[in-house]
Parts: sequence; structure tokens; C-alpha cells
Amino acid sequence: MSEPLLEVRNLRVEFPTRRGTLVAIDDVSFSISPGEVLGVVGESGAGKSMTGAAIIGLLEPPGRIAKGQILLNGKRIDNLRYEQMRRIRGREIGAIFQDPLTTLNPLYTVGRQLAETMTTHLPIGPAEAKKRAIEWLELVGIPAAAQRIDSYPHEFSGGMRQRVVIALALCAEPKLIVADEPTTALDVSIQAQVIALLKTLAREKGTAMMLVTHDMGVIAETADRVAVMYAGRIAEIGPVREVVKHANHPYSAGLMGSIPPLDRRVERLAQIDGAMPRLSAIPQGCAYNPRCPQVFGKCRALRPDLLDAGTTRAACWLFDTEVARG
Amino acid sequence: MAAAVKRFFDSDLWFSFTRSPVTVVSAIVAAVCILGAVFAPWIAPHNPFDLASLNLSDAFKPPAWTEEGAREYALGTDDQGRDVLSAIMYGARVSLLVGVSATVFATLLGVSLGLLAGYVGGALDSLLMRICDIQLTFPSILVALLVDGVVRAALPREVHAEIALFVVIFAIGISEWPKFARTVRGSTLVERNKEYVQAARVIGVSRARIMVSHVLPNVLGPVLVVATLNLGLAILSEATLSFLGVGVPPTQPSLGTLIRIGNDFLFSGEWWITIFPGIALIMMVLSVNLLGDWLRDALNPKLR
Amino acid sequence: MFAFIISRILQALPVLLSVALISFAMFAYVGDPVAIMLGQDYTQAQRDALVADLGLDKPFWVQFATFIGNAVQGEFGLSYRLSRPVADLIAERAPATLELAFTAAILALAVGVPMGVYTGLYRHSWLSRFFLTFSLIGVSLPTFLIGILLILVFAVSLGWLPSFGRGDTVRLGWWTTGFLTWSGVKALVLPAITLGLFQLTLIMRLVRAEMMEVLRTDYIKFARARGLPNRAVHFGHALKNTMVPVITIVGLQLGAIIAFAIVTETVFQWPGMGLLFIQSVGAADIPVMSAYLLLIALVFVTINLIVDLLYYAVDPRLRIGRGKGGH
Repeated sequence: MSEPLLEVRNLRVEFPTRRGTLVAIDDVSFSISPGEVLGVVGESGAGKSMTGAAIIGLLEPPGRIAKGQILLNGKRIDNLRYEQMRRIRGREIGAIFQDPLTTLNPLYTVGRQLAETMTTHLPIGPAEAKKRAIEWLELVGIPAAAQRIDSYPHEFSGGMRQRVVIALALCAEPKLIVADEPTTALDVSIQAQVIALLKTLAREKGTAMMLVTHDMGVIAETADRVAVMYAGRIAEIGPVREVVKHANHPYSAGLMGSIPPLDRRVERLAQIDGAMPRLSAIPQGCAYNPRCPQVFGKCRALRPDLLDAGTTRAACWLFDTEVARG
Repeated sequence: MAAAVKRFFDSDLWFSFTRSPVTVVSAIVAAVCILGAVFAPWIAPHNPFDLASLNLSDAFKPPAWTEEGAREYALGTDDQGRDVLSAIMYGARVSLLVGVSATVFATLLGVSLGLLAGYVGGALDSLLMRICDIQLTFPSILVALLVDGVVRAALPREVHAEIALFVVIFAIGISEWPKFARTVRGSTLVERNKEYVQAARVIGVSRARIMVSHVLPNVLGPVLVVATLNLGLAILSEATLSFLGVGVPPTQPSLGTLIRIGNDFLFSGEWWITIFPGIALIMMVLSVNLLGDWLRDALNPKLR
Repeated sequence: MFAFIISRILQALPVLLSVALISFAMFAYVGDPVAIMLGQDYTQAQRDALVADLGLDKPFWVQFATFIGNAVQGEFGLSYRLSRPVADLIAERAPATLELAFTAAILALAVGVPMGVYTGLYRHSWLSRFFLTFSLIGVSLPTFLIGILLILVFAVSLGWLPSFGRGDTVRLGWWTTGFLTWSGVKALVLPAITLGLFQLTLIMRLVRAEMMEVLRTDYIKFARARGLPNRAVHFGHALKNTMVPVITIVGLQLGAIIAFAIVTETVFQWPGMGLLFIQSVGAADIPVMSAYLLLIALVFVTINLIVDLLYYAVDPRLRIGRGKGGH
């Protein structure tokens, strides 16, 4: 297997508050190979978006990386100074945010926003930047790009704006994109177009992607591998086919069970009882144990690491060799 | 009663109060200023208006800690031998009286008109809000000056001198009602559509009754904040008017009047006559403003 | 663009007319102008003649129309106190007030905006804390006390700067300026600081609040995520967005400066319109008061118009016709 592009090792993100420290992300490890698309799914508050923010080095204070490492091309980036990290953002790691209506500066034309991103990172002048900005708008499917270059964000529709955001994330040709819920704020009819665009562009440019979403359909369609997060931890990680069709972790299984299948009619969709615990009240042992249908003694006492579950890796005592034997 | 007291000390408001040292200090300063002002006739070391006790040979005594200072005049004396400290206490009384009365007046006027505008709506609402808009275009001190000037012109001199204090209160109150009206109108528009008002309307409670006993209590929170912040402003407006020589009558000098009188002696070196009333004014206004800031933040659910 | 200006002017007209109405009502009904103009002894015939001359026997609306017609031509009658045309009095005093207000406004903007940006960006630095404390005092200090304190320190104790008057002025046509002489500039320093300080602290606090608000937005986060340098993020993206709300308030504040000049001019015996106005209030000189009121209203309306135009220049969203908001 090739050298991973991004490696996250034992990442722990904490939020100091007046009522003690909250652990938002706990001991999360994964890697992304060049050109690979890793989907990250989970409920709101599971720590998906925060993992993305930690990778691009823009955790909201007072949140901070308390433990662990983030490596890009084998070099640590979690401990860089602001200025060093700034040179990586946009150039090495691009980002796409959730709501295209708020991610673009309303007072600058899209052309200017594209051009300033490129001139910041690439050794090109303003004329070249403008030329490339038009090319990028064409590439993301904006009609009459040469005229639209001087338009302001409010003159575009939501779907068009997200295309502009994608162009902005890709224009300095980063090797990795962190896309945080890129379609959630869009109309359902536009979601598929934007995802298709993202997928095509990533493949053409050989860009790897961390795709954070709670939409399993998007994951199934786009990702190569998928990580399921629950209460700040990874519950299961593995190839997308395996996780979607044959999830090993009871939580992933429950999550997949809640997707309506298209090929047959079901009376009722499966649902998971209860709610994800708040960060201030994560239970001892496996965080999922109060809701887990297959819970047993060990789950309430000890926290499982990611264990080999055959096709995937799952943080569940069901796959502990000793338990299996006994 | 005891239960109410206990509930107050258990409340979030009291908690946030004790957590902010600045607020506690402001409260203490404000309390000292207010008590000193209210009880001036009983606790002031001298009576500056008792002509019999004035002695011109005591004029222009510097504060007690300087070489020529006299012990009995802690903050020195003015040109007529009046004790500056006592004059400040009596002056603060007038300042506070005008400030509080003007704020109460502005509150009553603003709350009633705001409530009417918000609840009745329609043409009355548009008219009142247009008046607010136009008045808010001008700084309140300018409005107060104009009202004062017009009343001065409309009344014969003797009548004006007699009711000058009320004219100032009226002028300042008039200059500040739109803020209250706006606040109350906004909250009323929100409350009007809530279910308890609808319910009251359905069971046939009269309009006036709904406004006064249902809507009013629910819009008073923001009014309290605006009133506290406004009190500091009203005291400043009074001081400014009196400093300009068109405020309270010279027979009842306020802090602003004292500063104006003292200002004439600034160049001859008798700085204490104007600076000490100035410091008293600043302490009073600053402490009230800080309390208002705290109240606003404490009552604002968004910031909690 | 042209339609925009026209619509704004049309919106401003009712304000101006209402103020004119108040002005006129003061002029016509407060006190007895006829008695004041005629002095102690007069016959009924003299009185009737003057009433007819002034048009006071005509219906209200006719009088109001005449008043407006005169006002447009700068004709406000005679001052009761000085027995001179009000227009002349104001024209004499206007340059002093305008120069003072202009200097104070520039001072407030040139110092207040950078301080606000700094305190918004570096919220926890000790310098920010110092600025904030300073601004709290600035907001609570009444203008006249600031003036008195400045006089005490810089004029009485140190003797560096004059404490009253405009110094030597130079005549340029009907305008007199203090900018061109050393003594005129020196005389301007303390009054300008006094007048500008409150606005300065207000602008600083406002810019700071807006800056903090803008820095939390997604587009600023996205600008950082694109790796733009801090300079571009802070002074390009953030500051420009901060300016949109700041322009409005600052515009209103500049109007307030002209009004607050009344106090400053009194403290420094500055021979401007404010001093004229306060002397008129004291003497119940209605013609001067109503003329001043109208003039101030005109200044406010003009400033509002300029603010709207600036808005238009800064915010592209306003340039699109309504109803086309492209979501």
C-alpha cells in the first residue's frame, strides 16, 4: 500500500469550559491515501466536522488539540505556527464548508476571490490569475464564466455558489480536500449535481477527499472507504461496500438500517432508541453501550479500541478474540 | 416577604451580580452617591444655603490636605465661602432629582405610547413611529435645549423662574421618550401574537385591560434596562443644560451649575471649585452606566 | 443610481417639512414677536401695520408657505436679541463651527477606526484592555468636563495652548478660516479634541463590536481556510464588511458633532453657531432658534444622503434592483 497522504494518529480535541474539560474528539486515528475519498458519517455532534477543522488547523478557540498527531505526507502539521499552517491551507489542503450562502464574502466579486486565492499560493500574476479564474468557473460548470467573473456572490443561486466554493477550494490545486457537509444546505435536486461535480473533479485532479456528511446516500455514491463516528470516537472504519451492506459495529448496523432501501418495500425503518450522549455525560466503557441491543458486561466497564472485524475494523467488544472464543 | 428575599438571593441575577467585581464596586459607589445626595440636609457638614453661616473670610479655601486648607472644609470653599463638599451633596440631590424625574417621565410617556403603537397598530402606530424617527435624528441634548428654549420664550420670566426645575425635567423627559416607545413597541408586537393574549381576547377581556395587565408586565424587562442606561444620560443632560446656563435655576444649583460657577475660577488657580463637583458627577454617571451595562447583559438571554 | 438618489431625496423631504413646520410654529406662535419687535410703546395702528407687514393676519398655510419660501432664500427675519438679520449672523458664525466639526470628525475617524480594529482583532491584549477602559471613561465623561480638564492641564498648568477663541483667522471671500495661521491651528486643538473624544470612543467601540461579529462569520473562516494572509483577511475581507454598518452610525454621529459643538463652543468661547444658539436659547430669541433648527435638519439630511451613497458604493447587494435577490 502506498504512503498515506494524510495520517491522523490518536487525535484528541478538548474544550476547556467553566464546568470542566469536554473531550470532543477522543483517540481518533485514520489515514487517507492519495486520490482516495474517505467518507465520515455520524449524527450531529459526533465530532465529524471538528475532526475536519482540526486537520485544517482552524479549531474554534477554546478548542485545542490535546493529544495525538496529524501528518501530511509524513510531516507533522498539527504543531505548526499559524503562518506555516496558513501556507498549507488552500495550497495543500483545501476546504469546502456547509452553507454556500455564508461562505463567500458578499462584498468581493467571485473573480477577485478566486484570483486572490491563486496569487496567494501560486507563482502567477494577476492577469494569469484572472484567466485561470475563468477556466475554473467553466470547470465547475458556471455558464458564461467570462461574464460571471465580475459578479458578486448574491447574484448566484445556492447551487451555483457552492460550485464557486468548490472552485475556490480546488484552484490552488491542493492534494487533499476537507469537505464539511458540502451538500446539506442545498436543495435536494441540486445535491446530486454538486456531488457528481466534486467526484469528477477529485478524480480528474487526483485529489484525495475527506467527505464529512450525515447523508449515507452521498457516502455510498462517492466514498472509497467510510468511517462511522459516534460521540467523538470512530466506531467503525472500512471499505464503503462492506460498511454499508454488512456493518459489523451495532451502531453502524443501526445507522445503515435507517436508510430506506430502494429495491423493496419495508413496513418500518429500523431506528436506534435513545439519543447520542452529550459530551459532558459520555458513559463509561463503550460510549454506545446504553443504546446497544447487543450490550454485555465488558461494554459497560471498558472502552474498546478498533478491533479487526474481518472486512472492517470496529470498536466493539463483539470482535474481541477472547470474547469470541469464550 | 422572607421567601421573596431568599428567592432573590438564589436567583441568577444575584449570582451574576456577585460574580462581577466591577458591578459590585459600581453598586457601592452608586449607593454612596445616592445616600449622600438624599440625606444631604442631615449629613452634610455645612448648609451652603444658610446665609447666616457663610463667612466671606472663609472664601477660596483650598482642600483640607493642602497647606492653606482648613480642617472644617474637607474639599475647600468657593468664592462665597461655601463648603464645596456640602454644595456637592446638595447639588447631587438636585441632579439626581431631575435625572430620576426626567427618566420616570420619559418612561411613562414612552411606555404608554409604545404600548399603544404596538397594540393598536395602524395609522396611530405609523404616526408615532414617524415622530420617533424624526426626533431620533437629532441628539437628545439638542431636543432638550430646544424645548427648554421654547418654554422659556412662551412663559413670562417670573413664571418661568418659578417652575424652571419642572421645565428642565419636562425638556429632558421629552428628549428621551422615543427610545422607550421603540423598545416597548417592539416587545409588544412580539407579545401581542402570543397565545396568552389571543386567549385573553377570546374570552372577551377588553383591549385596555389586555394591554395593561397582560402585555405590559411582559415588556417591562427591557424597559428596566433602557431606564437604567437612560438615567446616566439624563443626569448628564441636566448637567450639560445647567452648565450651559439654561438648566435648573441658580437658587437650586445642581452639579452642572457648580461646575459652571467654578469654571470662572479655573484660571486664577482655584481648581477645586469646579473639579470636585466634576468628579462627583463622573462617579455618579459612571457607576449608574456600569450597573446598566451589567443589567443589560444579565437580562439578555442570548449572552447567558 | 440616479433613481436611487432621487428616491432618497424624496424620503428626506417629509423630515425636512416636519422640522420646518415645528420651526415655523415656534416662530409664529411662541412669545409675541410683534410686541418684541415694536418695543415698549406702540399704538394699535402701528401694531396692525406690522402684523399686516409680517403677513401674520393671513391663514396658517399661507404663512407657512411664505415661511418656507423665505427659508429657501435664506431669509429668517431679524434676531430679537441682536436686531440683525438671522442669515447674516449664521453666515458669520458657520465657518467657525464647520471647521471645528470637520477637524473633530477627522480626529474621531482617524483614531477611532484603527483603535476599534485593533481591539477587535486582539481582544485580550493589555493594550486593548487599556483602550476599552479609556473608552468607557470617554463615554461617561460629559463633553464640558473634558473641555474643562483639558483647559486646566494644557492651558492653565502647562500654558501650551490657548483656552478660548479661534486665534487669528484669514478671510477667503465670505469664509474665515483658522487653518492657515499658527495661532488659529493652536486654538483649534483643544476644542477639536473635546468635541471629537466622545465620538472617537463611540466609533472605536462600534468598530470593535462589528469586527468581532464579522470575524465569526463563515466567509472569514473560509478566507482563512483558503490560506489567505492575515493582512488580507483582517484589513480586506473583515474590515470592508465591518464598514457597512459602521458607515451608518458614524454618519449619524457626524451630525451629532455639529449639535454637540454647542457645548464645546460654550466651554471654549468659540465664536460659532452653537454659541449663537445657546445665547439665543437663554434670551428666547426665536428667529435664531428656528433658523438653527432648520439648518441642523438640513445638515442631518445631507449627511444621511451621503451615507446612503457610500453604502451604495460599498455594498454591491444594494445595486441590484429589488425583488431580484438571487437565491
